[in-house]
Amino acid sequence: MSILVIAEHNSEELHASTLNTVTAASQIGGDVHVLVAGSGSEAVANAAAQISGVGKVLHADAEHYKDGVSVEVCDLVVGLAGDYGHILAGSTTSGKDLMPRVAALLDSSQISEVIAVESADTFKRPIYAGNAIATVQSADEKKVLTIRSTGFDAAEEGGSAEVAAIDAAAVNGSTTVEGRELTVSERPDLGAADVVVSGGRGVGSAENFSIIEALADKLGAAVGASRAAVDAGYMPNDYQVGQTGKVVAPNLYVAVGISGAIQHLAGMKDSKVIVAINKDEEAPIFQVADYGLVADLFEAVPELVAAL
Amino acid sequence: MKILVPVKRVIDAYVSIRVKSDGSGVDTENVKMSLNPFCEIALEEAIRLKEAGTASEVVLVSVGSADIDTVIRSGLAMGADRAIRVDADNDVEPLAIAKILKHVVETEEAGLVITGKQSIDGDNNQTGQMLAALLGWPQATFASEVELDGSNAKVTREIDGGLETIALSLPAVVTTDLRLNEPRYPTLPNIMKAKKKPLDVIELAATGVDVAKRVTTLNVSPPEERSAGIIVGSVEELVEKLRNEAKVI
Ligand SMILES: Cc1cc2nc3c(=O)[nH]c(=O)nc-3n(C[C@H](O)[C@H](O)[C@H](O)COP(=O)(O)OP(=O)(O)OC[C@H]3O[C@@H](n4cnc5c(N)ncnc54)[C@H](O)[C@@H]3O)c2cc1C
Ligand SMILES: Nc1ncnc2c1ncn2[C@@H]1O[C@H](COP(=O)(O)O)[C@@H](O)[C@H]1O
Repeated sequence: MSILVIAEHNSEELHASTLNTVTAASQIGGDVHVLVAGSGSEAVANAAAQISGVGKVLHADAEHYKDGVSVEVCDLVVGLAGDYGHILAGSTTSGKDLMPRVAALLDSSQISEVIAVESADTFKRPIYAGNAIATVQSADEKKVLTIRSTGFDAAEEGGSAEVAAIDAAAVNGSTTVEGRELTVSERPDLGAADVVVSGGRGVGSAENFSIIEALADKLGAAVGASRAAVDAGYMPNDYQVGQTGKVVAPNLYVAVGISGAIQHLAGMKDSKVIVAINKDEEAPIFQVADYGLVADLFEAVPELVAAL
Repeated sequence: MKILVPVKRVIDAYVSIRVKSDGSGVDTENVKMSLNPFCEIALEEAIRLKEAGTASEVVLVSVGSADIDTVIRSGLAMGADRAIRVDADNDVEPLAIAKILKHVVETEEAGLVITGKQSIDGDNNQTGQMLAALLGWPQATFASEVELDGSNAKVTREIDGGLETIALSLPAVVTTDLRLNEPRYPTLPNIMKAKKKPLDVIELAATGVDVAKRVTTLNVSPPEERSAGIIVGSVEELVEKLRNEAKVI
């Protein structure tokens, strides 16, 4: 049976996580279709058609898909589900919002944050903040999965799938988006960046985060933060890395003034190279760091910026 | 309006878990158990809504064996009015839990359900959304601010790009994110009072839900160990290592 991938996008651009989800779908094996539900979203449908491995793009364009509201998209996906054995989306906040709803209506147990495909019905996923990896087998007729981007390479461009316009589902209307406060940044996207520089409570204030940002800019990096730094208001919520924030696996992760709680490690310990700068030599972050520097960040980070 | 708060007992967030050597799961013997942190946030929000006069009653509900009664009492000590435990195993899957909760929501005629966004053991992040689907209700996941206004709610959500504010009609399911509130600690008098609050036990059969597993755990293994690297003596040495050894800059 075919596999349906729900594209993540803002009606203008395809989100990078969709490329990783397509790779997971290809590993399951079968014809991969991508659903683009949006409003004025032709460019997204065309971009999806160019992903290598995609056999067909289903494009539903309607006003009520403009904001990607789950209750709306859910009915569309459930209506299409008859043709598919697997339905996949990224483990992004929108995938996590949508997919359990879809699964429940299909009477299927959803499997969250898949990091490896063992076979068409067997998957690996982290549990307990990544301190254990479970291999699980689904007996459901339709498998509904969310895919953790860091577990799969991004699919390449090079496809030329057909784009088929499909009808929108009826309007649900119970939910409307009134506004968004989105982080606008010139820096790379945290979830997909090659280099991430994160700051923790040790940074001390929102103003002091300029030290972290200066290092990030020198390295062409995205900026991240610990929960403590977000809770204290140093950085917005979408910078949080960890069990209950974003999961990243860049080539280089620099943790500055972060102690290394298990919940933080859950979001970054699959990074290729980890650097920790902390003034406490006992900080647990040093147990996972490839290179540790025991130093006051207010001296070490500016010195590092100057040396790069 | 009655608010239903589903809660789960989990291994405490600050315990280092141990994977059993036979690959069957995680050791839960003699480890500290607590209310799932996101459920505490859900409960706190419901209690505040009652204190503000918006809600009439806060009912805590949990699916599990008698082992979980201690954490249910801790939720009552925070300020829930009463509790319901649906007697079942402690490893029922989110879909079946959502079906059981649907039964409780309907018999209790709740007007709002607040769940945690995620249980920190299974890291599923599913139950609230599934419950909303089964009830045919709208959902507001990952809430960092909740305002109720008659038959509508306005909820600010923590999303990947920042924050999003949605308006939705009630009844609805809200799932909590970390920054919705800071849960209170139960006071001693409230811990005493909680011992006398009603805790009703419902038999699983009464809900009519089939909890047979759909997903079998074949194996649980520890993640790949990451060994500690080296401590460098200076910024200069760090730069040298990153350039010439790790080759990442
Ligand atoms: C349910 C739940 C979910 C959670 N989810 C997450 C999550 O997703 N992500 C996350 O990060 N956390 C999460 N946490 C929180 C986590 O447990 C820790 O509390 C948090 O990660 C600590 O952040 P921190 O390391 O910045 O702060 P701290 O632990 O306070 O560490 C600050 C560090 O800065 C160092 N420092 C201070 N001053 C300096 C200086 N001048 N120079 C150098 N170093 C300095 C200190 O030595 C210390 O090691 C969660 C917790 C719970 C209960
Ligand atoms: N056994 C349970 N009993 C009652 N509520 C639960 C149970 N398991 C999960 N929940 C609720 O669903 C939320 C999300 O859990 P999960 O989908 O497992 O990540 C939790 O924070 C609880 O509010």
